[in-house]
Amino acid sequence: MLIGVLGLQGAVSEHERMLADCGAKTRRVKTPEDLNGLDGIVVPGGESTAIRKLLVRESMLEPLRDLVAQGLPTFGTCAGMVLLAQPESLAGIHADVERNGFGRQRESFESDLQVTGWETPFHGVFIRAPYLKSVSAPAEALITLDDGRIVAATEKNVLTTAFHPELTGDKRFHQYFIDEFVKATTKTA
Amino acid sequence: MVETGTTLVKRGMAEMQKGGVIMDVANVEQAKVAEDAGAVAVMALERVPSDIRAAGGVARMSDPAMVESIMNAVTIPVMAKCRIGHIAEARILEAIGVDYIDESEVLTPADNNYHIDKNDFKIPFVCGCRDLGEALRRVGEGSSMLRTKGEPGTGNIIEAVRHMQKVNEQIRQVTSAKPEHLMAIARDLRAPYELVKQVHDLGKLPVVNFAAGGVSTPADAALMMNLGADGIFVGSEIFKSENPAKFAKAIVTATAHPTDYSLIAEVSKNLGNPMKGIELSTLTDDQKMATRGVE
Repeated sequence: MLIGVLGLQGAVSEHERMLADCGAKTRRVKTPEDLNGLDGIVVPGGESTAIRKLLVRESMLEPLRDLVAQGLPTFGTCAGMVLLAQPESLAGIHADVERNGFGRQRESFESDLQVTGWETPFHGVFIRAPYLKSVSAPAEALITLDDGRIVAATEKNVLTTAFHPELTGDKRFHQYFIDEFVKATTKTA
Repeated sequence: MVETGTTLVKRGMAEMQKGGVIMDVANVEQAKVAEDAGAVAVMALERVPSDIRAAGGVARMSDPAMVESIMNAVTIPVMAKCRIGHIAEARILEAIGVDYIDESEVLTPADNNYHIDKNDFKIPFVCGCRDLGEALRRVGEGSSMLRTKGEPGTGNIIEAVRHMQKVNEQIRQVTSAKPEHLMAIARDLRAPYELVKQVHDLGKLPVVNFAAGGVSTPADAALMMNLGADGIFVGSEIFKSENPAKFAKAIVTATAHPTDYSLIAEVSKNLGNPMKGIELSTLTDDQKMATRGVE
C-alpha cells in the first residue's frame, strides 16, 4: 500500500510519520509524475492559497482533481479540507467551506471531540481552521460542534477534517483512513 | 473544554508554514503581490531592513493602523515585529490580533538584559538565533518558532549560512552525545538542560527553524532549504528588485522545490538585478544587527 502526501508546502513530515506508524509506505508528491500508482493521498495542512498556487504552477491541480473524482482515497486536513471543498480547487466534497472560520491565530484552539462509534474523544487541534457551514449529499458530516459547525466530513472516497490529527500522537484518523477508505477501495478494485 | 494559546497551537501554526516563504511587506499593495506569489505569510513593517539601515535612528514597532490595513487586505497570516524586550509593543500587537510576533533584532532593542517572557502570550513568537544555545534560550522563554538572524538588509547570505550551519552542527553533537554528558553541554551552551535533553532525544529542535537575513535570490532560498531550513523569510530583497511579482514567485518555487535545479534555473532567468548588497567586512560592529540585544 502506497500513500502519497502532497509535499508542496505545510505539515508534510507529520503526516508521513503518522502513516508510517500505521504501517503504510509513503511518497512525497511534488510533481504530476509522483501521482502515478498511489493507493491514496493526503492533502496536508498548510496555507491553502499557497498550496493551491503551487498546484496550479506545477500543473498538478487538474490531474489531482481528476484522480479524486475517479475515486482515489483522499484525506485532507485543514488546508486540505479547504481545497477539497472548493469547487474551483479539488472539488472532492459537496460542502460550503468557511476559510479561517474560527478567526485568526489568537482564536486557534484545542478541544476534545466526540466521534460516533469511538470509545474515547479525539483531541482536535484547530489552527486558523476552516469549518463546513453545510454539506450536501452524497457528503455526510462526521463531527458537528454544538453550534452546528461541521469539522469533519466524508464523501465516498474523501475524508476531511478541519483539525490536525497529524499534530497529536493519536493515530485513529489515519488508521480510519487506511482501513475504511484505502483498504476498502483496494479490495473492490 | 476549549483552550486557546496553547503550546501545541502556537508551535503547530509554525509547522503549517513549513516549506513556505514569509515576505516583508511595507504596504497593502506589496502584501497583495506577496499573497498572489504564494507567500505563506507576510511580515508587516513600515521600513524593510535595508531602509532601516539607510535611515538610521531608532527603529520601532510599525503603526498599528498600517499593520491592520494589511491584516484586512490579505487572508494569509500577518506577522509584525516588536523590539527585543519591549513587552508593551508585543501586547499592542497581540491586542490588534496579528498572527505571529517577531521579537526582532532588526528593530532597535528596548532591553539589553531581558527578552520578553513569551510563554505568557496567546500569540506565538518567532525569534532569531545564531547558535543552539541562543535558540534554546528563546524556546525556553516561549518562542514557538526560530529563524537564523543572518545579517538583515545586506543582501548577503553568509551570516544566515553561518547560523544555520552552527545550529545544525551543534544539534548533531548533542544528538550523538552520551546522556550523562548533557548537563555539561547545557552549561557550555548556556541553554536549559530540559531542552538540551529534548534535542538529544528528538534529534532536532523542538520548534521549526526558518532561514532569515540576507536571502536575495531563488538560489539563496534553495541553498538554505538544502542546509536544513524549514522555510524562508525574505526581507528587503523582493521589493527592492526590478520585478517584485516575478521575483517573489521565483523564490516561492525554489523554496518548494529546493533540489529541482532545472526548475530553479528556469525561474531564475531574467529576474533583473537583485539588490546590490553589502559586503559584511565593510560594516562596523555598530552597524551589525545580528549582535544586537542580549548576549
